[in-house]
Amino acid sequence: MPAQFLLNVFIAILWMLLTDEDKIRAGTFMTGFIVGAFIIFFMHRFFGQQFYLRRVIMAVKLILIFISEIFQSSILVLKLILSPKINLTPGIFKFETILKSDGEVTTLALLLTLTPGSVVMEVSPEGNVFYIHAIDVEDSKEFLINSLKRFEKAIMEVTR
Amino acid sequence: MNISGIGEFLTSLLILIGASMSMISAFGMIRFPDVYTRAHAATKSSTLAVLLTLSGVFLFLWISESFISVRLLLGIAFVFITAPVSGHLVCRAAYRSNVKLAQVSTRDELKNVIQQKE
Repeated sequence: MPAQFLLNVFIAILWMLLTDEDKIRAGTFMTGFIVGAFIIFFMHRFFGQQFYLRRVIMAVKLILIFISEIFQSSILVLKLILSPKINLTPGIFKFETILKSDGEVTTLALLLTLTPGSVVMEVSPEGNVFYIHAIDVEDSKEFLINSLKRFEKAIMEVTR
Repeated sequence: MNISGIGEFLTSLLILIGASMSMISAFGMIRFPDVYTRAHAATKSSTLAVLLTLSGVFLFLWISESFISVRLLLGIAFVFITAPVSGHLVCRAAYRSNVKLAQVSTRDELKNVIQQKE
């Protein structure tokens, strides 16, 4: 891993020398660093190691999953609000998570509370059981549990 | 249509969608039956509305003034960090002070746990 980072910095410095500017600019260095990251991403299988920015890629993926979830569930809630006769079945259900550390559990609760239609009401003292208030339990419980599973998987890719 | 025309169209579309979403979530505040469901409308749909509006402004400044506003990006990030905390706290405080769920609610798996503690 440190070898890859050093190689990346080396490519960035090389890039800076090759552009041959009259003074040192941070922007040129960053461009070189990004170009180097792409080169190392395509070459990393020859090192026999994992790509050292893998976690960054996974974090970007987590953000993308989160944005798609927030759009889907916003549309669900807006439909509920605009339906002529409000037909809700709110309720509280229990969810046990497989995540362990405090940081992971906090991230999961944050993401879940940000998606419309569900609020984490209470977390057990052990930190592995969520009590979730959903706006439409009977219809959307499956959907919510699916998105929870997706979030869990994506968070584990980032932290482990 | 040139580039700046497309940019203006995109930004106005984003801001329009954001504004109408926050209006719809204000309707939700009035129409929903109890504290918990109202908290959904107040804290959630508005996060997406704020996200869309701020990113519209960000795009506008980027395209027309070629100015990347870090302050707007920070605004989006902090709204995303703080909005769920307030929603969670409002709901938790309401439940702890025995605010009843609406009549239409179908299940409550938290009740027994809280009673056992007390």
